[in-house]
Amino acid sequence: MFARILALVIKEFLALLRDKSSRAVLIGPPLIQLLVFGYGATFDLNHIPYAVYNQDSGFASRELLGHFQGTSAFHQTAIVHNEKQLATVINTQKALLVLHIGPQFTRDLLQHQPAPVQIIVDGRNSNTATLALNDVNSVLLAFDRSWADRYHWGNPPAQLDIRAWFNPNLLSRWFIVPGIVALLTLVVTLLVTGLSVAREREQGTFDQLLVTPLTPTEILIGKAIPGFVIGGLEAAFIALVAVFWFGVPLIGSLLALGLGLMLFLFAAIGIGLMISSLAVTQQQGLLGVFLFLVPAIILSGFATPIANMPSLVQDLTYLNPMRYFLVILRGVFLEGDSLGNLWTQYWPLAIIGLASMLAASWLFRHRLA
Amino acid sequence: MNRQRLAGLIRKEFLQIRRDPSAIAIAFLLPVVLLFLFGYGVSLNAEHVPIGVVVAQPSPQSSSLVAGLQQSRYFQPRFYTSIQEARKAMMQRQVDGILWLRGPFTRTLLRGDTAQVGVFVNGVDANNARLVEGYLQGVWQNWLEQRANASGTRLLVPIQAEARIWFNPSLRSRDYLVPGLIAVIMTLIGALLTALVVAREWERGTMEALMASPVSMGEILLGKLIPYFLLGMGGMLFSVALAIGLFAVPLRGNFFVLLFFSALFLLAALGMGLLISSVARNQFVAGQVAIIVTFLPAFILSGFIFDIQSMPAPIAFMTHIIPARYFVTILQTIFLAGDIWPLFLGNGLALLLMALFFLGLTWKRSRKRLD
Repeated sequence: MFARILALVIKEFLALLRDKSSRAVLIGPPLIQLLVFGYGATFDLNHIPYAVYNQDSGFASRELLGHFQGTSAFHQTAIVHNEKQLATVINTQKALLVLHIGPQFTRDLLQHQPAPVQIIVDGRNSNTATLALNDVNSVLLAFDRSWADRYHWGNPPAQLDIRAWFNPNLLSRWFIVPGIVALLTLVVTLLVTGLSVAREREQGTFDQLLVTPLTPTEILIGKAIPGFVIGGLEAAFIALVAVFWFGVPLIGSLLALGLGLMLFLFAAIGIGLMISSLAVTQQQGLLGVFLFLVPAIILSGFATPIANMPSLVQDLTYLNPMRYFLVILRGVFLEGDSLGNLWTQYWPLAIIGLASMLAASWLFRHRLA
Repeated sequence: MNRQRLAGLIRKEFLQIRRDPSAIAIAFLLPVVLLFLFGYGVSLNAEHVPIGVVVAQPSPQSSSLVAGLQQSRYFQPRFYTSIQEARKAMMQRQVDGILWLRGPFTRTLLRGDTAQVGVFVNGVDANNARLVEGYLQGVWQNWLEQRANASGTRLLVPIQAEARIWFNPSLRSRDYLVPGLIAVIMTLIGALLTALVVAREWERGTMEALMASPVSMGEILLGKLIPYFLLGMGGMLFSVALAIGLFAVPLRGNFFVLLFFSALFLLAALGMGLLISSVARNQFVAGQVAIIVTFLPAFILSGFIFDIQSMPAPIAFMTHIIPARYFVTILQTIFLAGDIWPLFLGNGLALLLMALFFLGLTWKRSRKRLD
């Protein structure tokens, strides 16, 4: 039996790797994506382009603008002199926000009157707008503090002292890059397994496979192993790049990460084979992979938090293996998790894997009959 | 170019689409699935964030702050008696943040000194942590103002910031995600569909049969382009209808302008698909290449979710070769801001050039040869 499975595994590897272009597809693009997405998929704003509409000629407004020029988070792109120019710089995206300082600014401040500053923000990307406003507020707060101190406005009654755990500088790369391990592993595994049966069906070689002494279970195992090997190797490599290239800390237990990866591959391969045994043509197989992959990525917490979704959709995410693997990855990388506190993530993965494998093998036999 | 032959090819393509419904599924089922997923499933607006609250010595001052937290729709406070317990809850991911009012809080406040309030946020999801910090600052500011009002004075801070958010005043993330999603969907329809159908002809050997017939290579390409263009525009109209009708995203610009730029983008996407399939002559490779060079970049590098301005300069520069980037800018503007021609012209020109480039390259590469 083992010899037969081994022979099938070798054949599967040959089918995948024999062709130069399909070999390149499995190895090259994931690496390019890792680099591009690792750098590109970020929410952190730096160099926010802003414009200044300053109607005040006093020194206070100059000092305030100095605070903005002094931080690397902001980058001044324009000076506007009237409302019409203001609308143009926002509309054409020359500036994300405009600081509008009224004519009385310095006078108000010197008379111990709160002075209004208007911030006009381009809300087309609501997330960027929110983050940019937060950044503006923290610059204004710093100005407030230094001004209040020098001109005796009195102490602020209380102060928030905010600290972030696990990711003290709030780099979104630390959040996204471990997620890419899951993303690319899922993509590669599904592509390897999802089309394997469909391709043989379309080319007619599946009938040949059936007349060999292999049992359907053996065929299934033989089809699963290449996905396991290729997916596992790519995941390990991406994790290495995450640590040594992107500098994401890995402070938890490697054993916990390894077990998580095994279970995740098990679940992903089960789903891939399930799709593959349902499909008659490769186009259908690819469509099936897609119809699974896209929701799986979107509803996993990869880019946007699961907690923000409506509760019905949140319940749906419990079926998604990527959801659990993301928690494992981020837990092990950033929070220092070990085997002990991740079992709540392990068993759902095991169940999803087992159920999809059983379904795949049933479909397999069912479709054969 | 023979009109009758072309019509025959187009008819053949439609028959094939009808016979294998997966093409129709890609054009119509996929948009529905994606729009539902994104419209309902993806939100960057955090609400009811669980936050641990530790009050060492309860007092009227501390309860008014906690009340502000309870009234905010952004937070769902959970109370812990000690900071150790709260820390444990954060480690177990039961709360996303901790607000800690230490013992001397009330005393310091009443003495007129600056009281320190400890806030810890879980920084793993950095974006969410930043948003939570922002909401917390808002609750905080309100509390300070209320306190000042209650004691009959005004809160004396130098700058009074007034934020005016244009185009999307309530900052609904759906309003910016759904328009951009149309670009992702059309990339899928255009590139994935055409990449597969041409590769399929090669794989099944029917391309040879086509070549043996009197049709020219130009007719074969047009015969592929026209049906999938129509299918893609159908999918696009459908998506726009869902975006406006179901998700209540405003369309502030002109509908025909939207239609025009969509057609331009679709030509570029179809061109990419045809080019991929003429390079990779089997469906497996064509499908994977299509996903990797069209879908994922359209998803991550187009400005659809991740702002291009936030990317490091080399990556931001690279996004210029992704057609979806231009289309996402046009879509977000036409839906939320209206017709802003200076912006449309540059992006539209880029789309036109890319469409010409991809279609031209495909045409140049396509010869009636079997090697």
